Order: sequence, then structure tokens, then C-alpha cells
Amino acid sequence: MITLGHYLTLSALLFVISIAGIFLNRKNVILLLMCVELLLLAVNFNFIAFSRYLNDPTGQVFVFFILTVAAAEAAIGLAILVVLFRARRSINVQELDVLKG
Amino acid sequence: MAGTIFFYTLAVVLIASAIGVITSRNPVHAVLFLVLSFVTSSVLWLLLEAEFLAVVLVLVYVGAVMVLFLFVVMMLDVNVAQLREGFTRYAWLGAIVAAVLAAELLAVIWWRPEGLPMAATITPRPADYSNTEMLGIVLYTEHLYAFELAAFILLLAIVAAIVLTMRRRPGLKVQDIAAQVAVRSEDRVRLVKMKAERDQ
Repeated sequence: MITLGHYLTLSALLFVISIAGIFLNRKNVILLLMCVELLLLAVNFNFIAFSRYLNDPTGQVFVFFILTVAAAEAAIGLAILVVLFRARRSINVQELDVLKG
Repeated sequence: MAGTIFFYTLAVVLIASAIGVITSRNPVHAVLFLVLSFVTSSVLWLLLEAEFLAVVLVLVYVGAVMVLFLFVVMMLDVNVAQLREGFTRYAWLGAIVAAVLAAELLAVIWWRPEGLPMAATITPRPADYSNTEMLGIVLYTEHLYAFELAAFILLLAIVAAIVLTMRRRPGLKVQDIAAQVAVRSEDRVRLVKMKAERDQ
């Protein structure tokens, strides 16, 4: 039978893959945002699995709010990306050094 | 037994599509792989009997957020070759970080799961059990303020996205409605007093 450990392992693997993706696609802002979405999905997986196995609906409420905030974050992030592309004609992270930070 | 096979199949698809997201050469393919991983995890959430959130994941994420990503990827004329340059330069660092993180997470999960019901299995809920109803009861009583705050965050996202992407181009010939409404007759018509001229 599938236990809590199986789901947690799956979400841990998903989390690790998206961390590796941030290292691989460090130049492309769109892919970085997509990796962040994947990270949030892994976290949501943990919440849902815990909510089911501990029999506590609060975990699902957390996932509900995470989905809301992630949707807002994606919308604003992509809007910033479009404005950035209009101004610089590029989405390369390495060229975003206007502030010299 | 069927549930176990189902879980492992979906897990393999999920991991494979996540790897596809981070390694695919074409950003459009990456978005489509991300859609596949969202759909797969929504089916896995159905296995965990979180029906409402599974449907919300497909509707909101696949239906709205991923379409937004696809729009942006297709609208921007991005030089992918330049962005892919040096793709594997920090791959070793990424692999090390990923391996360390995986070791830590799996150690926490399998080695010292203090106080967690690791071996417990779930019994299916009865047929008249409503996940949506349960979630609604908790959401509108205990977490009402957080719910209102979430609504406000969505409003903020709408306003921020519109304000960021709206642009005024100079030299565009458009009506200025406020100026049209605010105009008075004195601004347009000038009454001139002059002597009447007589035909010679």
C-alpha cells in the first residue's frame, strides 16, 4: 500500500529536480519562473499528503492559499517580464545589471 | 494493488515531465511539460482524495496560469540559443546541491520521521463524504480573514499587472474624453464686435 513516505519522497524528488532546474536555466527568466512553479507544486504535494494522512483539513486550506498567491505571483512576474523585454529586448538574467548589484 | 501500480505510474510520469521542464531546449516544450506535470499531480491529488484542489489545480493552473506562460513565451522574441549558452557550466554545482538536498530530505523522511504516521495507510472515505463541503466549512469559519486577504491579493495582482503593462505611446491620435467634456463655449467660440459694413 502507498504510505505517507511514498508521497513525501515523490514531492522531495520534485523539489530537488526544480532546484537543479534553477541552476541549469539560470539565464532564462521564464524558465526560472517555471521552476518556481514546480517548487510550489512540490510543497503543495507535501501539504495535501499530510492533510490526508493526519486527517486535518487545514493542510488543504494552506494549499488553497498557496495556489492563490502563486497565481498572483505568476501574473505580476510575467507582467514585469513583458515590461523588461520591451525595455531591454532581452530576458537574459546576466544583462539585468542596471543597479550594478 | 491497483492503487499502488497507479501511484507508481503517475510518479514516474511526474518525475519525467519535471525533468523535461528543466532540460527541454524549446521553452514552449518546457511549458507543455509543466502542463503535463500539473495534470499528473492533479490525478495524484485525486488519489489522496483532495478532489476540490485537484480540480482547482487543473482549472486555475493549467487553464489560466500556464496559458499565460504560453502567451508570454510565444509573444516574446527570445533568442533561445544565447540563453542556452553555457547551459551545463554550473550543472555540476546544481547536481551537488540537488544531491545534498535530496539526501537531507530523504533522511528526514525515512530515517528519523519523529511522530509521523509513516507506516499508516488510508482507508477510503465513504461515498457521501464531500471534500468540497469540508473545505468550505473550514475556509469560511476558521480562516475567514485569510480568505479575505487572499481575495485582496488577487485584486492587487490584477491592478499591478494592468498598471505594469499599460503604456502610453507619444504621438498616438486618440480622443481625450476628459478634455472634450471639460471644454466650455468660451474656449471654442470668440464673439467679435465690429461695425457693420455697408455695400458701396
